[in-house]
Amino acid sequence: MSATPEDLKYTESHEWISVSHDGTAVVGITDHAQDLLGDIVHVELPEVGAEFAASEEAAVVESVKAASDVYAPVGCEVIAINEALEDNPELVNSDPYGDGWFFKIRLAEDAEPEKLMSAQDYADSCADEEAED
Amino acid sequence: MGHRTALYPAHLQAGAKIVDFSGWDMPIHYGSQVEEHHAVRRRWGMFDVSHMTVVDVEGAGAREYLRYLLANDVARLGKVGKALYSGLLNEQGGVLDDLIVYRMDEAERRYRVIVNCATREKDLAWLGRVAEGYSVELRERDDLAMLAVQGPEAMAGLQQLLPAPLAEAATRLENFQGAQDGDWFAARTGYTGEAGMEILLPAAAVASLWERLLEAGCRPCGLGARDTLRLEAGMNLYGQDMDDSVTPLESNMGWSVAWEPADRAFIGRPALEAQKAAGSHARLVGVVLAAKGVLRAHQRIQLDGGLPDGELTSGSWSPTLGCAIGLARVPAGAGDSCHVEIRGKLLPARLVRPNFVRFGESQIAIPAAG
Repeated sequence: MSATPEDLKYTESHEWISVSHDGTAVVGITDHAQDLLGDIVHVELPEVGAEFAASEEAAVVESVKAASDVYAPVGCEVIAINEALEDNPELVNSDPYGDGWFFKIRLAEDAEPEKLMSAQDYADSCADEEAED
Repeated sequence: MGHRTALYPAHLQAGAKIVDFSGWDMPIHYGSQVEEHHAVRRRWGMFDVSHMTVVDVEGAGAREYLRYLLANDVARLGKVGKALYSGLLNEQGGVLDDLIVYRMDEAERRYRVIVNCATREKDLAWLGRVAEGYSVELRERDDLAMLAVQGPEAMAGLQQLLPAPLAEAATRLENFQGAQDGDWFAARTGYTGEAGMEILLPAAAVASLWERLLEAGCRPCGLGARDTLRLEAGMNLYGQDMDDSVTPLESNMGWSVAWEPADRAFIGRPALEAQKAAGSHARLVGVVLAAKGVLRAHQRIQLDGGLPDGELTSGSWSPTLGCAIGLARVPAGAGDSCHVEIRGKLLPARLVRPNFVRFGESQIAIPAAG
């Protein structure tokens, strides 16, 4: 099983979110997700200023194999994007929780990141998913 | 659980991620598809292709049978061991499968045909039905394993590892020619656009050859890299780029139709001649995306000049070129420039000859925006 940092929150669709005290957060995809996708060759990021409802499609990640949607974990407005992914999408493979982040957001007022999965719950749900294969 | 080749334990040992491929448990990659791709372009790699179907065609009528069965003409195989690529067509000229046929003897009574795995049952039934009028015996060789060893270092590497008579014969082989030594057969063919060989051998012997190749530094490569390598080489994948709803002329396989001699009857010939005479059939061409993004099968191609849409049949990101490439079927009259619809956006692309990379070298101009 791949690494799952304790201090992040997770979605069933394999995004992670790192929430700061100032109401902003960083979003990316998990190590498990990048492992499933394989070599990532293109990332399509949202515009800064774009607003999303929770679970709305916000970005697209393409590996050699397939394209996958990346969803907003919570209601939010995008305040920054990781421009490094434009030329180095493989950062998502090599450092999914660090340099491979996707975008920074300001949480919507009704956002409830605390209701997302803990590291343990996420790891368990991935293990269940693998067991079903 | 699907069918497994004799190398299944070796794949697990090498860290393979296994997927279902037409009922076979096959490696898709062993960690990184892109690194495996580069290994074949820059050094060498090996693919277990034992799932493919091998049929030996033998008898006094073998030559005439194959001349009627195939769109290409086995009479062109001027030497023992020579191979040719052909479509297997139905009466309408539709492509039932694509295959390689080898001439196995001096007397032209023995040939070996290698067809796809996904089409095995359909092909065997068709081959059997057509064989009824001929003095010929068909024997499926599921006792054999098949390993493709490909890349610029493959021929030199295999020199050390093949049985001595085959290694010696390999030095004299032309491209698209093989040599036999008992149940071993090694031919200079492949599906990557690189030098290398495809080796047929008794299934019981393949694990040992694999092990020695590993020790010699040959990288195990999965079906993922096989797909991006064949796409860069502009080679069709059956069931994706063509099937029985299209003809060779619509599938960039026109070169493999042997029109001469004009009096050779083959299945599908009248239909192909009519289509060729009409001249307005669709074509299968290469596509290079001139923007960031990845081409995928079934994306829509919008052409200039009010022509009907085309469609991507294969698409991926090319590890060698660093841009997205694909194959597409477009109507007659399509020019060089087009747009591809990706997630609702129209992105600029170029239509090119479907041959992107040969022997490690780009065959096309790389778009700056890619």
